[in-house]
Amino acid sequence: MTLNSTVIVRDQGFSSEDWQGAFTPLEEATAQTDALDMPANADPDTVALAGLRIIRIPFASFADGRGFTLARSLRLRGYTARLRASGHVIADQYAMARRAGFDEVEISAELAARQPEDQWLARANWQAHDYQARLRGTA
Amino acid sequence: MYKYTEFDTAFLAERNAQFRAQVERRIDGSLTEDEFKPLRLMNGLYLQLHAYMLRVAIPYGTLNSAQMRQLALLAVKWDKGYGHFTTRQNIQYNWPLLRDVPDMLDALAEVGLHAIQTSGNTIRNVTADHFAGAAADELADPRPVAELIRQWSTDHPEFQFLPRKFKIAVTGSPNDRAVTRAHDIGLRMVERDGETGYEVIVGGGLGRTPMIGQVIREFLPRGDLLPYLEAIVSVYNLLGRRDNKYKARIKITVHENGIETIRDLVETRFETLKTAFNGADQALLAQIEPQFAAPDFVAKDTAPYDRAYATDPVFRAWADTNLTAHRQADHAIVSISLKAHGATPGDATADQMRLMADLAAKYAYDELRISHEQNVILPHVARADLPAVHAALKTAGLATANIGLISDIIACPGMDYCALATARSIPIAQEIATHFDALKLEHDIGPLKIKISGCINACGHHHVGHIGILGLDRAGVENYQITLGGDGTEDAVIGERAGPGFAAEDLLPAIERLVRAYLELREGRDETFLDAYRRLGVAPFKAALYPEARDRHAA
Repeated sequence: MTLNSTVIVRDQGFSSEDWQGAFTPLEEATAQTDALDMPANADPDTVALAGLRIIRIPFASFADGRGFTLARSLRLRGYTARLRASGHVIADQYAMARRAGFDEVEISAELAARQPEDQWLARANWQAHDYQARLRGTA
Repeated sequence: MYKYTEFDTAFLAERNAQFRAQVERRIDGSLTEDEFKPLRLMNGLYLQLHAYMLRVAIPYGTLNSAQMRQLALLAVKWDKGYGHFTTRQNIQYNWPLLRDVPDMLDALAEVGLHAIQTSGNTIRNVTADHFAGAAADELADPRPVAELIRQWSTDHPEFQFLPRKFKIAVTGSPNDRAVTRAHDIGLRMVERDGETGYEVIVGGGLGRTPMIGQVIREFLPRGDLLPYLEAIVSVYNLLGRRDNKYKARIKITVHENGIETIRDLVETRFETLKTAFNGADQALLAQIEPQFAAPDFVAKDTAPYDRAYATDPVFRAWADTNLTAHRQADHAIVSISLKAHGATPGDATADQMRLMADLAAKYAYDELRISHEQNVILPHVARADLPAVHAALKTAGLATANIGLISDIIACPGMDYCALATARSIPIAQEIATHFDALKLEHDIGPLKIKISGCINACGHHHVGHIGILGLDRAGVENYQITLGGDGTEDAVIGERAGPGFAAEDLLPAIERLVRAYLELREGRDETFLDAYRRLGVAPFKAALYPEARDRHAA
């Protein structure tokens, strides 16, 4: 991994980027777009979802929780393809991201060095101890 | 009372282990100070003026004696031997060391208590009527649904990083003792055509921009509660302002967008969210409800009470102010005042906590409540046992007969503890209480709520005090503004600013002029300060506060 590369975090731990194509910003998206960069101020109910294979939602700051509601809204609309949180997401938020509907988190190499893989794996048990699953009958 | 399930216990153990690791990861640099801050806040840990402060939740204000004893143990073992009960049914420890906090949380977990989401930009400890399950005027006990909301809001993945803090209160009585109209969401349990549900109020709040909440849904069927709450909070999470912390509460979102727009967005979102719930939440609620069933009240002859009331004037004064009608005629609700004249409002020593726990175990079916007015309640006591309870309270300085009177003051911690405060509040409360006690006027004045905040953030609820006092800093000097006519009940009103503020040394005489004006103006003892204010308006009270202005006019 070079210093500039990002790290993809999933339940199994760290891996390198495996999405080969480029991401299209929302305002440039067309019917052919398959990888979308959806800004945090987008309206999740009007984004065209047909044909998308991956959506990336940015976290400019870990303290800005809009992305969690955006992810949940997309899932409630029936979006089932890949959903990625990217940017300043900390290991302590991994379970929240997964429970809100994200499949994976993309972080900088710098953050991955400061919060190494074991700190993320400690939160990979996001399906356990989940009040929402109990209340929704999905436990 | 609610008994933790295995799920709750396992959740809390996991959560506390996570926090212990977060403290270590802060020390080893894995977490920056900026990153650690919201994580400690969502576990109840503040950094105050002199030290850390741990705020422990007392969910919907209900405790049993074992829990109260554990609160006493924390005070002795990790603090300076006392705790401070707050205006939102929490207890605060003002002097813990960071390294001890994980152990404190584990000790709390032993008795099913926690500090989760007592701070931070999260859904806070849900509060409820402190007379729940005992009051004669109650339609339904709000605590089962408050527990359901506690479970729903705890660690909710969408709502741990909201634009700002978010407070929910529930009441099951027409007489609103939970200040529901001053909460981000207020829920009033109501009945319509034989069906039970909720009136949902949104966008209330005090702070620097006080607003009375507005009704967003007049009647919500009880089964729809969680998806509807989730709709409100998720709309707020996307729409609430993140550019200015002082404009980030939902009251501003509602104010800037209008209640109609918010209602449309919430209803649309609600239609979708309803499909995400399948009734499992209501099945859980059905398991919670019987745990709050009333105890088997023991019928007792009230003769000992009647005798003490007739013969002991000290007991009689206490009974007249500190007892409230219980739904069971031979029982009463006892309010224990944590406002002894000259003491810090809301503080209790470990010994006092233990005594109250003992009394709860012996006389009150093992139940205690904490009120938002910073007092402790024994919700069910047989009238026959009241003389014994009163005698025991007297030995610990807990028998002050002042509930609802001028010395039963709500005060925020102010500049004695808080980093945000611009003025002292506790010493002001102490002065007022001691002064009117010395004048022996307190009982003659009757019901009068004074509420004091030491800064514009209004933690002392001054906006809804009959007399509100707001301490500010004017060029390095404390200055106190007075508001009049505020009311936190079902008729909620924000108090009106009376005029220029007073220097600290001029405040007490000003309050006395105000109170003496009331005593002269009232039609009789039955007309309370608030009633007189509503009848007469602000003018005569202003004249009493600012006699020099009146003299100038006359000249």
